[in-house]
Amino acid sequence: MTELEAGRAETLVPGRGVTTVWERYRDILIALIAFAVLASLPLFTGSKALLDFVIRCSAYGLFATSLNLLVGYTGLTSFGHGMFFGLGAYSFGLIMQRLGVPIPIAFVATLAITAVVAAVIGAICVRLKEIYFAFVTLAFQMLIHSTILSWASFTGGDQGLRGGIPRPVFLGVDLSNHIHLYVASCALLILGLLAMRQIAQSPFGYTLRMIRDNAARASFLGIDVWRAKLTIFVLAALFASMGGMVMALFVSGAYPEFAYWTISGEGIFINMLGGVSTFLGPMVGTVLLLLLNDTVTRFTEYHGIVLGIVILFFALGLRKGLLDFVAEWFAHRREAGEGR
Amino acid sequence: MDLDALAGCLSSSACLVTQTTSGLIIGMLLFLVAVGLTLIFGVLKVVNFSHGAFYMFGAYFAMTAYQLTGSFALAMLCGAAGTAILGLIFERVFMSRVYGADVLMQLLVCYAFVLIFDDVVRIIWGPEFRSMGMPAAFQVMPLFIAGGVVPPYYLLLIGVALAAAVVLGIGLSRSRIGKVIRAAAHNPGMVSALGINTGLIYGGVFALGGMLAGLAGALAAPVRSLTPGMGFSVLIESFIVTVIGGMGSILGALIGALLLGLIRSFGSLGFPLFTEGLMYLFMVIVLVSKPTGLFGKEAA
Repeated sequence: MTELEAGRAETLVPGRGVTTVWERYRDILIALIAFAVLASLPLFTGSKALLDFVIRCSAYGLFATSLNLLVGYTGLTSFGHGMFFGLGAYSFGLIMQRLGVPIPIAFVATLAITAVVAAVIGAICVRLKEIYFAFVTLAFQMLIHSTILSWASFTGGDQGLRGGIPRPVFLGVDLSNHIHLYVASCALLILGLLAMRQIAQSPFGYTLRMIRDNAARASFLGIDVWRAKLTIFVLAALFASMGGMVMALFVSGAYPEFAYWTISGEGIFINMLGGVSTFLGPMVGTVLLLLLNDTVTRFTEYHGIVLGIVILFFALGLRKGLLDFVAEWFAHRREAGEGR
Repeated sequence: MDLDALAGCLSSSACLVTQTTSGLIIGMLLFLVAVGLTLIFGVLKVVNFSHGAFYMFGAYFAMTAYQLTGSFALAMLCGAAGTAILGLIFERVFMSRVYGADVLMQLLVCYAFVLIFDDVVRIIWGPEFRSMGMPAAFQVMPLFIAGGVVPPYYLLLIGVALAAAVVLGIGLSRSRIGKVIRAAAHNPGMVSALGINTGLIYGGVFALGGMLAGLAGALAAPVRSLTPGMGFSVLIESFIVTVIGGMGSILGALIGALLLGLIRSFGSLGFPLFTEGLMYLFMVIVLVSKPTGLFGKEAA
């Protein structure tokens, strides 16, 4: 993955030339087209199941891609990233239920809460290396999960936040309307992905890659490694929290499972499935996993076996994520073509 | 929070004895699982995420053997031997393929097997709760120590786990095989160059780890209910134990497991709903103050 990334780094750093303009606006153009396609989907199909599927993809996609900022770009294997997914869902749900403020205010307030919590937890965690970082993040995740379970008077305990989340109309957007919710989820997904793409391609994003490949050298070059890691930890938490909010809006509630460690495990799994060396790998992984989950549960009650075998195929057979595999295959073909 | 109950218990010897033994039971079972985990990590440098499944299989193997033969000793033997064989096969066929690969790949293979093993148990033994029942030999009057109730089976359980700890500790530090294993953990290339089959060592260590977890499951079968997925909470807790004690340290696993057992049994009195939270809080505190764990070596 590292070699592939290094190769990409050379071609993607914008040089002076005609391509710069194209490269600067390419991502925005792709995002606009993707949004137009997704948003016009309800015009062609009345299938509620398909729209629901896209909404779930938005929630998990935001979460998984933000995890890739940590795992793939910075080399921080977080095992507790799901805590911010849960935190987003719960904060948003609680603010809407208790305070009854407009949705955008609750949205911003939730992001602010997430940023503070992530900064505190991150400040403790990012000092630690590799496996210890993974364990401490896992411990914090479980701490938040136990807090949700035990603080039943506030969070509803193991029953979750019930009674529905109120969704008042704002600026003509009515999120209790299924189509409105669908378009809003797509918009959040695309905006989130675009923002994360900007982070990944910015000089800061390349600093992160350098920290991943050689933290000591980055430090010698005058980069404050701790601060860079903490910054990306908080940024990634914000996008995970966004995913949690989409999920909370979708199911109109929040459940302790959102903060359980399996969400983090699924996030890692999605990343491996899709591939961590391409920006859209986690998105591909999300669609794959959700498709897999949906189809397999329809055919057999033993979906663990089927899912396990598929994972084994990826881990032992391909030895990399799907999009990584495709990207390398194309790279090989191009090399072969140039050699001729 | 119920601090009165905790204070009340601490001032009564009967309650103190009861809670301490229940803490020791939890701790000893955790130790058996965690020591296998720490051993596998120390030698193979692999975090065996599927370790809880061996605990589960140990319990189910023991239950089936007990139902077929009616012999408790045979049930324990079956639980331990069955998981040892399973561990050997699992390591040789699957895990050995991902050594040197990304840590995430290793975790992924283990995660796949957690899913598969849980469903296998569901297919063979059914999804409902099962129980093995207390063997007749132990259905006797409990002992009373300082007013506290201690079932005799608990004493056997603590004894077996302690014996395993002693045998393991002495075996690793004194015996020839123990020395080879430690050498393989330190420098597998050199050990292999000296004509020792490291693949066999790796398989053996994995089998040993699986066996210890299986033994823990078999020992727990009479006192806990059996269900697919039962290995999971044990896995998470034994992770906490190894992390607190220090990855790769047997003494650390013992101390960590006992501490965690006591936290659980006394914590359930003082903070009935936040018992799990206490464990994680403890883990966070240890890791933040000493990232390598209480007995971990620096830069391991």
